[in-house]
Amino acid sequence: MSEPSAIVPEGARGAVARLIDERRAQGSGILVGYLPIGFPDLATSIDAAVALAENGVDVIELGPPYSDPVMDGPVIQAATQQALANGFKLRHTFEAVRGITERCDAPVLVMSYWNPVQQYGVERYAAALEDAGAAGMITPDLIPDEAGDWFEASDRHGLERVFLAAPSSSEARLATVAERSRGFVYAVSTMGITGARADVDAAARGLVGRLRDAGAERACVGIGVSTAEQVREILGYADGAIVGSALVKALADGGVDALGRLAAELAAGKA
Amino acid sequence: MALRDETGPYFGAYGGRWVPESLVAALDELTTVWEHAKTDPAFLDELDELHRSYTGRPSIITEVPRFAEHAGGARIILKREDLNHTGSHKINNVLGQALLTKRIGKRRVIAETGAGQHGVATATAAALFGLECTIYMGEVDTERQALNVARMRLLGAEVVAVTSGSRTLKDAINDAMRDWVTNVEHTNYIFGTVAGPHPFPAMVRDLQKIIGEEAREQVLSLTGRLPDAIAACVGGGSNAMGIFHAFLDDEDVRLLGFEAAGDGIETLRHAATIGKGRPGVLHGARSYLLQDEDGQTVESHSISAGLDYPGVGPEHAWLADLGRAEYRPVTDTAAMEALRLLSRTEGIIPAIESSHALAGALELGRELGPEAIILVNLSGRGDKDMTTAARWFDLIDEGAEQS
Ligand SMILES: Cc1ncc(COP(=O)(O)O)c(C=O)c1O
Repeated sequence: MSEPSAIVPEGARGAVARLIDERRAQGSGILVGYLPIGFPDLATSIDAAVALAENGVDVIELGPPYSDPVMDGPVIQAATQQALANGFKLRHTFEAVRGITERCDAPVLVMSYWNPVQQYGVERYAAALEDAGAAGMITPDLIPDEAGDWFEASDRHGLERVFLAAPSSSEARLATVAERSRGFVYAVSTMGITGARADVDAAARGLVGRLRDAGAERACVGIGVSTAEQVREILGYADGAIVGSALVKALADGGVDALGRLAAELAAGKA
Repeated sequence: MALRDETGPYFGAYGGRWVPESLVAALDELTTVWEHAKTDPAFLDELDELHRSYTGRPSIITEVPRFAEHAGGARIILKREDLNHTGSHKINNVLGQALLTKRIGKRRVIAETGAGQHGVATATAAALFGLECTIYMGEVDTERQALNVARMRLLGAEVVAVTSGSRTLKDAINDAMRDWVTNVEHTNYIFGTVAGPHPFPAMVRDLQKIIGEEAREQVLSLTGRLPDAIAACVGGGSNAMGIFHAFLDDEDVRLLGFEAAGDGIETLRHAATIGKGRPGVLHGARSYLLQDEDGQTVESHSISAGLDYPGVGPEHAWLADLGRAEYRPVTDTAAMEALRLLSRTEGIIPAIESSHALAGALELGRELGPEAIILVNLSGRGDKDMTTAARWFDLIDEGAEQS
């Protein structure tokens, strides 16, 4: 017998959305950790992502290196430039996703600049992500206005689709971003690029509030987050905190062990 | 619809806004302000007055018969953008965008620059309007265009040598975008060419189309007819769109864009974006792009810093697909030969960028024959290129130093 139509089937929400809803029911949120693929090499980047998951990071955000990363600050630029110089290839993205999802349960979101996706073919890229076990994709330089192909491909392959929202976004744009995102909306904490900052702007709190008013079901805050204290503060009003540069720096300076220690420290902010 | 009426954001399959959400509000604001300004008599009068009393417009045209002897005898006429204040066409665009900056009420401007001409023009306008100014320039370019770095600093601008990636124009644009994302509240980005996200391709084109509008009248009154062909160099494509635009719907006028072929398009060292690239997204627009099979941008190469860019404006991509404009490659060697030839035959030292158009015109003249009239956009003067030219032609005595 078919299920009553009033009940939303489990599959309509992606893995990240389900995790957020679970945490929310417990009065908490998720910690998202970013790492570039292929830094310092492909195998180590997979180990590093698994170490994040083992140390309390809930969702892995994996970045395929790109030649022109306009949203990234010096730490991530240096890491991704090194990965490219070491021979990163687009297909390593799917290898890394598969390598990670085989070893841990944390959902994986790929964070890719758009040109590589377009060159590979949007439909083909989405199929490969699904096949590798990815939960979805964050698109830092794709706005809903240009995303027609991606709406279709992500829907077809059951992928979550995370668009960014900025403090400068109008209410109308926030509504569009909220409507078009699946999983969560990535609330950019401050006007700027990736990199650790001493304080995460009051702008983040305001933006999350405006996103909720605009209909966003779930919002996570990223850019500039680097301490457990910031994670705690953010989870006070948002559904998740996203950490990038601080983790990449730990990996660059101290390897996978140092990365794992920082992840555990940050995860303490969820309590 | 007339080709001239295309206003973006899309030019066929090209253009658009492939940018981080953080920039959308600023792009929307620029679009609105520009839409209003471009038909506002007060704005247009102010810009006209600056063109007249500051830049020195209209720029003249000069027929160059001794040079043309080397082009199969065709008549060659130069549009002299090299005579503009600051030495190139870049000032036309910058004055317009600087006026817009005042309208929006922002106090700081940033810009990318390759050859340094757009940087110098922006620093100039910043001085004129009392704006703070930061210019991003690839480290490689700060070395080969050192004179322009000194000019920008003298004008009061901060020059940032960009050390990421290929350390040329593409990376300067990346860093300028990062600055803009961070400081957009009080900073306007004065983009230097007809690339980038909407509204830049259409707005920069509109601010440069004065070149073709003047030249069309000037050639008509000199020769009694329209030219058979127009030649311009193409980096991002602003001087080319500027001179092409008035002729887009004159079907009998051939439009030719000359891309930098560096060591040759059969090598990996060139900047022939339309000739050798394929569609993709870079710096906010969909257009032709030099890229590898994974969609990573490939580094371009040209002796000319202003053409050393792996992208091109979306309107050119559209015109190329339509077949309305043709794009051809010109090597470093051919451009430098044309630079020397114009210097020796006419006493005009062109920029290396513009020399690509001159080399193209020589070839074109031989194809079209002595009845043809060819209009060339001489987009800039060669003063900034003396170090490169001296090295290429071995012009400076060994051990000699300028005191
Ligand atoms: C004299 C001159 N011509 C041409 C160019 C290339 O730019 P565009 O293709 O936008 O005209 C430059 C750029 O620096 C330049 O300085």
